[in-house]
Amino acid sequence: MAVSETVRGPAANVSANSPDGPPNRFRQAIPQYAAVSPFFILFAIFGAFPVLFSIWLSFHSWDGIGTMKWVGIEQYSYLLTDPSFWKSITNTLIIWVISTVPMLALALVIANALHNATRFRTFYRIAYFIPNITSVVAVTMVFGSIFSNNFGLLNAFLQSIGLDKIEWLSQPWGIKIAIASIVAWRWTGYNAIIFLAGLQAISSDIYEAARVDGASPRQMFWRITVPLLRPVILFTAVTSTIGGLQIFTESQVLFGSSGAIGGPGDGGLTIVSYLYDSAFGKNQFGYGAAIGWALFILIVLFSVINWRLIGGNDDERLTSRAARRVQRRIAAERAATGKADADAGKEHADAH
Amino acid sequence: MRTERVRTVVGHAVLMLGVVVSIFPFYWMLVMASNTTPDIFAYPPKLVIGSHLFENMGHVLDNIDFFGAMLLTLVASLGVTVLVLFFDSLAAFAFAKYEFPGRDLLFGLLLATFMIPTQLALVPQFVTLAEFGWIGSLKALIIPGAANAFGIFWMRQYAKGAIPDELISAAKVDGAGFFRQYLTVGLPVLRPGLAFLGIFTFINVWNDYLWPLIVMTDPNKLTLQVALQQLNGVYGTDYSMVMAGALMSVIPLIGVFIIGGRHFIADIAAGAMKF
Repeated sequence: MAVSETVRGPAANVSANSPDGPPNRFRQAIPQYAAVSPFFILFAIFGAFPVLFSIWLSFHSWDGIGTMKWVGIEQYSYLLTDPSFWKSITNTLIIWVISTVPMLALALVIANALHNATRFRTFYRIAYFIPNITSVVAVTMVFGSIFSNNFGLLNAFLQSIGLDKIEWLSQPWGIKIAIASIVAWRWTGYNAIIFLAGLQAISSDIYEAARVDGASPRQMFWRITVPLLRPVILFTAVTSTIGGLQIFTESQVLFGSSGAIGGPGDGGLTIVSYLYDSAFGKNQFGYGAAIGWALFILIVLFSVINWRLIGGNDDERLTSRAARRVQRRIAAERAATGKADADAGKEHADAH
Repeated sequence: MRTERVRTVVGHAVLMLGVVVSIFPFYWMLVMASNTTPDIFAYPPKLVIGSHLFENMGHVLDNIDFFGAMLLTLVASLGVTVLVLFFDSLAAFAFAKYEFPGRDLLFGLLLATFMIPTQLALVPQFVTLAEFGWIGSLKALIIPGAANAFGIFWMRQYAKGAIPDELISAAKVDGAGFFRQYLTVGLPVLRPGLAFLGIFTFINVWNDYLWPLIVMTDPNKLTLQVALQQLNGVYGTDYSMVMAGALMSVIPLIGVFIIGGRHFIADIAAGAMKF
């Protein structure tokens, strides 16, 4: 921080500041304010204002052209009883779970294999990352053909091994599996790369020490790798949640041009596709805004749940928790050796 | 020693299987794009690359203004990328290397904007742009995304470690103002960080679907992704042509990625570790 002193200017300059002019600190910082202002100006126009406006909008009924009509909380009370809205939520959550759980598990396996592989590393990384940079529209079109009811590759395969074909894209479950496959295919490699970075940050000394102590590979995985990867797992879990709740393009590309935006039986209707259809398909702008707020609340809720479940990446809390654990262990050992010592240890542990 | 070897072989087998799964859809895209539609829909389906690729690509060009859409997407992607690189690095330089009243508050505010999902503001953003008269124009694609919190956050982390304080002091002694310091000291050092942010931004804008779907209402001015979906919707029965279009849309991006990808992947990982 040495430079900040120099940049802020010599102290003599500050005292030379005339009492009637604006404070020199602010005037000197004008170039810095100018430098950071484009973001804040753009955010004010295209971020903050729309967010505030969307609160206002959600209390109105408006088709985008006519006059806005104040309806109070009517949009929200209708939202809570709207079967399509609840369907979009359950669809989104199901797709999220059946894509994210296998995806993160697979990513961990791949990351582990990548971590141990010494050859072809660059090749693997690029091959695993390519799905992620490819457009969802093109990918969905390919998967749409693979899952296609009559001529799809998957059904041809099922038939070739003597099974019946499945109408993937006409059944609620088939649709969800198809969409979840696209999501998992696109993001498994990405998450594996993130996990790999986490694995590489763990010092090999820890594993060496564990090996000397006679730990099995399984013990090392659950007792060293997983706990130390916690912050990284949290990052992938939170980003996967936020991404999973915003699924839109997959169902739109599969069914958007078929008339029903969610496909047969609305099996692929997601929250964002319902928002899109309400606002831009049916011109119910106020209702679309209300769905946007419901989505926001869900994202915050699930991020907090993730945070709680995985324990947060607050270093201080983790360290203090580890310290408590060590103290408990010392206390337990003392309890085994003598009661008087144990009491002292317990007091010590409680103090923290 | 033997178990170590077995583990290596198993590891590579798992990884190769993953590579096959990752790459197969692209191969399948090429198979469909290079065969005739009746051949793809035959049972058993044709699994090898055919000879009709250029014919199918020709059909794409007959049915949609492919190069027009590509040019529009390219201009929008480059436009956003250039503005993001400039605004984000300038702001990051100020946040990382200078102390000014309210700096931490402003940076906290910037981080708080991460919490807002883009869809929340979608409807009023559309209304705002309609009010400006920007709907259907390039401005609607470029200006709202011209600076972003992620880029500033990421570049600031980068700038903190990369720019030596002594260089800024030296530039100041030489009488350089803030903007000159940014140009002569900041930009050259930040170049690798800018390369990552540039590729990242370019890919995101190139692939974006929802926003251009909403704001590009003129059917003669569609971005590549929206045009591709139109092709899929209207000519869905001609799968070969649709797949030829998809192939043509992903090739440029994959080319860029394979050239610049190695550092890009490392930076994505590093970025995730910083959060």
